[in-house]
Amino acid sequence: MKIKTNLQKVLESGQFAVTAEIDPPKNADPELIKEKAKWLKGYVDAVNITDSPRATVKMSSLAGAVILQKENIEPVMHITCRDRNRIAIQSDLLGASALGVKNILCLTGDYVTFGDHPQAKPVFDLDSIQLISLVKNLSEGRYFNKKEVKGKHPYFFIGAVENPFADPLEFRPIRLAKKIKAGARFIQTQIVYNLERFEKFIKLCEDFGILEKVYILAGIAPPKSLKMLKYIKESKIPGIEVPDELIRRMESAKDEKEEGINIAVEIIERVKENPGVRGIHLMPIGWEFIVPEIVKRAKLYPRPKIC
Amino acid sequence: MIVIKRKPLEEILNYIEGHNKILVLGCQECPYGCVTGGEEAVKKLAEEIKNKMIDLGKSIEILEKTLIRLCELRYVKSINDLIKDVKAIVTLSCGVGVNLIADIYFEIEVYPGMNTLFLGAELREGIFIEKCRACGDCIVGYTAGLCPITRCPKNMLNGPCGGCKNGVCEVRKGLPCVWYQIIKRLKKRGKLEKLMEIWEAKDWRSLYGKGIRELREELGVENKN
Ligand code: SF4
Ligand code: SF4
Repeated sequence: MKIKTNLQKVLESGQFAVTAEIDPPKNADPELIKEKAKWLKGYVDAVNITDSPRATVKMSSLAGAVILQKENIEPVMHITCRDRNRIAIQSDLLGASALGVKNILCLTGDYVTFGDHPQAKPVFDLDSIQLISLVKNLSEGRYFNKKEVKGKHPYFFIGAVENPFADPLEFRPIRLAKKIKAGARFIQTQIVYNLERFEKFIKLCEDFGILEKVYILAGIAPPKSLKMLKYIKESKIPGIEVPDELIRRMESAKDEKEEGINIAVEIIERVKENPGVRGIHLMPIGWEFIVPEIVKRAKLYPRPKIC
Repeated sequence: MIVIKRKPLEEILNYIEGHNKILVLGCQECPYGCVTGGEEAVKKLAEEIKNKMIDLGKSIEILEKTLIRLCELRYVKSINDLIKDVKAIVTLSCGVGVNLIADIYFEIEVYPGMNTLFLGAELREGIFIEKCRACGDCIVGYTAGLCPITRCPKNMLNGPCGGCKNGVCEVRKGLPCVWYQIIKRLKKRGKLEKLMEIWEAKDWRSLYGKGIRELREELGVENKN
């Protein structure tokens, strides 16, 4: 049944969307998800729940999504191609739909050697773009093998990710267009610290004529401390760029946390000015309780009430 | 070539524990191009085993033989006479050789003396790099001759993923992003169109077969159905 999700309604009604992401716990405790989620409730339109990020064992995103739903929070369930083949993914999607999950975010996934079980066999039966097609097919009542789903089939609002900081820059909009063609309706970007590059990317997308075809949510990670920024920069977490200028600004800050909030709010204000940016996706990385403050200061509170 | 590497002596000694007569069977450098499974390697291993046995105060008789190819039935059969009272064979070949010998001489214990690493190219002496996974349905005609099945850790067919920075793959420093290279080359040739379309998911039966892969010339590849 085609019931629109809250996130979809916010985006389709032209309002600026806010989502935030939490990692499920490394154990079987649902309280840890509820604990993080309580800071987000009412301040975001949907909450993403990741699929074993950094190739590390975590509670499944499906379970996490259901726990969020019980808290009356709309989930965006992440699915990666790393650990499951097309059979397992479709089974999980049928299950997710049966449990009421409707927002799906498709990713390729971090490579296994980054994680806590580097010995594991990497699956990668599909890549992220093929995964998007799979979710779209299922949403339209077809399995990936094109055979018809008899009886109730799922309906999903499909998202994907894009990294404006990856290379080759001129190919990124082309690849994004492929994601849109495959069925992605919204796109979350990698964390934006390098605004110049982000804007260059948006401009290229605009020139390529794809901005009207998709809702772009800019990735925002409020820098909690100088240490965190340096960690991201030095460990070179795949795909994130931290300009030196930002490091210097944090170095000279009297109160790092306060400066972190300022930075986040400034980045939000800047990305908002770009055409095609239709929302933000917050990645608070262990700093969930700051989300209300940031959403308020960015004048994105209260969130639209949509029935 | 099939790139292979000798197993540690200790592992081989473990295999042959309790045997007093073994055959060390080598494989000559073949047109399929194994590296160092030939006569010299046979001699060297036999010597290493003997020396170790002397140290341990044990004795062992070691037959040495190198065939043209351990992966072809017609050459393998030539050891029929040699192995009459041999109870264990250590092969210095790729995994194909070990398996074929074990199939034919099923009453003899057959042990691998080599690890079969990958299908690769030798760039300089001692430097080998993987180039092909024998996926059974070669696509490099569309990717400027560069194989994403082998060289992209995530097997992307619609790459590059978001981890490509300055042409380098996120998975490992020093690993070029093959999709970055593919795009650069195709762009130069004015042949980016294929990459503008969505590349459909791969039919992995060409790699995994139905069980195992077979080729019977008159029937074609027996992978599917
Ligand atoms: S596409 Fe398949 S056959 Fe061709 S080089 Fe790659 S792995 Fe080998
Ligand atoms: S960076 Fe390039 S080679 Fe590495 S996983 Fe991504 S697409 Fe594949």
